[in-house]
Amino acid sequence: MNERAGDTVNFDNVGLRYGTEPEVLSDLSFTLFPGSFYFLTGASGAGKTSLLKLLYLAQRPSRGGIRMFGKDMITLPREQLPTYRRRLGVVFQDFRLVKHLTAFDNVALPLRLASVPESELQKPVDDMLDWVGLSHRVKARPATMSGGEQQRVAIARAVIGRPDMLIADEPTGNVDPEMALKLLRLFEALNRLGTTVVVATHDVHLLKKVPESLIMRLNKGRLTDPTGALKFPPRSTGPMGGGQ
Amino acid sequence: MSTPPFATELADNTPAKAPGPLKGSAAALLVPQARLSGPIPWVIAIMIALVVIAAAGGLALNNLTGNARAELSGAVTIQITEANETLRKQKAATAAEVLTAQDIVASLRVVPEEELDEMLRPWLGDGAGNQDLPIPALIDVQLSSASGPQEIARLQAALDADVPGARVDAQSEWLQPVYSALSSLQYLALALIALLTFACAAAVWLAARSAFSNHKETVEIMHLLGGTDAQITRIFQRSVVRDAAFGGLVGLGLGAGAVWLLGRQFAALDSGMVAGGVLGMSDWIIIALIPLAGVALALITGRYTILIALRRML
Repeated sequence: MNERAGDTVNFDNVGLRYGTEPEVLSDLSFTLFPGSFYFLTGASGAGKTSLLKLLYLAQRPSRGGIRMFGKDMITLPREQLPTYRRRLGVVFQDFRLVKHLTAFDNVALPLRLASVPESELQKPVDDMLDWVGLSHRVKARPATMSGGEQQRVAIARAVIGRPDMLIADEPTGNVDPEMALKLLRLFEALNRLGTTVVVATHDVHLLKKVPESLIMRLNKGRLTDPTGALKFPPRSTGPMGGGQ
Repeated sequence: MSTPPFATELADNTPAKAPGPLKGSAAALLVPQARLSGPIPWVIAIMIALVVIAAAGGLALNNLTGNARAELSGAVTIQITEANETLRKQKAATAAEVLTAQDIVASLRVVPEEELDEMLRPWLGDGAGNQDLPIPALIDVQLSSASGPQEIARLQAALDADVPGARVDAQSEWLQPVYSALSSLQYLALALIALLTFACAAAVWLAARSAFSNHKETVEIMHLLGGTDAQITRIFQRSVVRDAAFGGLVGLGLGAGAVWLLGRQFAALDSGMVAGGVLGMSDWIIIALIPLAGVALALITGRYTILIALRRML
């Protein structure tokens, strides 16, 4: 396997099929480097969401090897998966907010699961909701929020614990251009702090907003590599390429 | 663009090992369940009430059998059959003398004829005292030890020499069929308790599965955010234990009330044997522990039901 100890993610000849269906992902071999910013693009049905599921450990591959944070995820006992999931921040395409929880409680959930004391939750959660422009919706439940508001809550939840890797599936799909740009800047800020960011999108305009980003393109379950992101470590000097 | 307010310090403090359980209010938030809205607490209450009644019945039968055995274990009856009344009285007196001389005899009593007539009156009516109907003389003997076959043979041998025709019977032998019947009832009570325990566990299993299905989406989100099986299981355990505790207390109340009423009914019979079945303090302590056992059973069943369901997820 062609990985190094410092790599965030290393896929080696990974394939994924659901049941007896044909493979939705085939022969994926790539490395994601710490502190890099990746866009994952591709047409609908290309396999973006399936690849993200492998990345956020919701699915095991049908074949091949996956290492994350230096650990083999294929042989990792199921009981140890939560430890690695807590190092990830995920923005799901369908938000996956807990319907009966308020915006505050949804954002606080990762911290509560990490056993952060209740007394230490209020300020960071309030600040994060304020930052995504939802300080007036702290007590709102998902059913009473617009799609954009739900998306911002989902993003706040994903980044509140400052994850080692942020995975976002179409994170700007339901927000206006101004908010989309703001969210992208949030991801960049997180990236500057050393977090690896993977954003799946089919919005080509978004790619231009982060010029130093690396692009992974999926086509019918296979990866193409227009920026050479997958073969070589990213430029190491800038804030986007830390760690190499 | 300002740096977003990450919970950096909090994240840095996050323990590397498995995090602890979610605290009460946070856990209640995640899996909200209307208190006692479902039928399960009431199903558990009925089960516990039935277990209490069955257990009380089993314990009472155990006491009754034990007391009867203790009372009759050293009791022996000597029967002297002789048609001639005078001769019968002489033989009875001789037998009493012979028996008194035996070191294994603690005490004896020649049963007066009037007492025998009174005992037989329900069956013979006024004919019980009729001189034309000879009734055997009886001697109640209390041995200093249990009346085993050796003791019976020794008394029989001693009597055969001076009182031919006298018969020695251990009283406990007469009651052997009764003891067998009581034992069967005790096993029945145990089987009933086992069945109810199984039914209770099945009810909790169904309830836990239903609760899990209702909150599967929340569970999946918690999993993906790094929630552990232990954290998720504990949330469900809380509501199972709460429901089981309520059901247990109500069931104990209902069951104990029924046992008390039944006890009063049996006490009114004023029967010596039934009086031996009265529940003692240790019995009531065992009965009081039944709801605790019910809660423990619900907790274990609920826990494993959720854990098995979770293990089907990645």
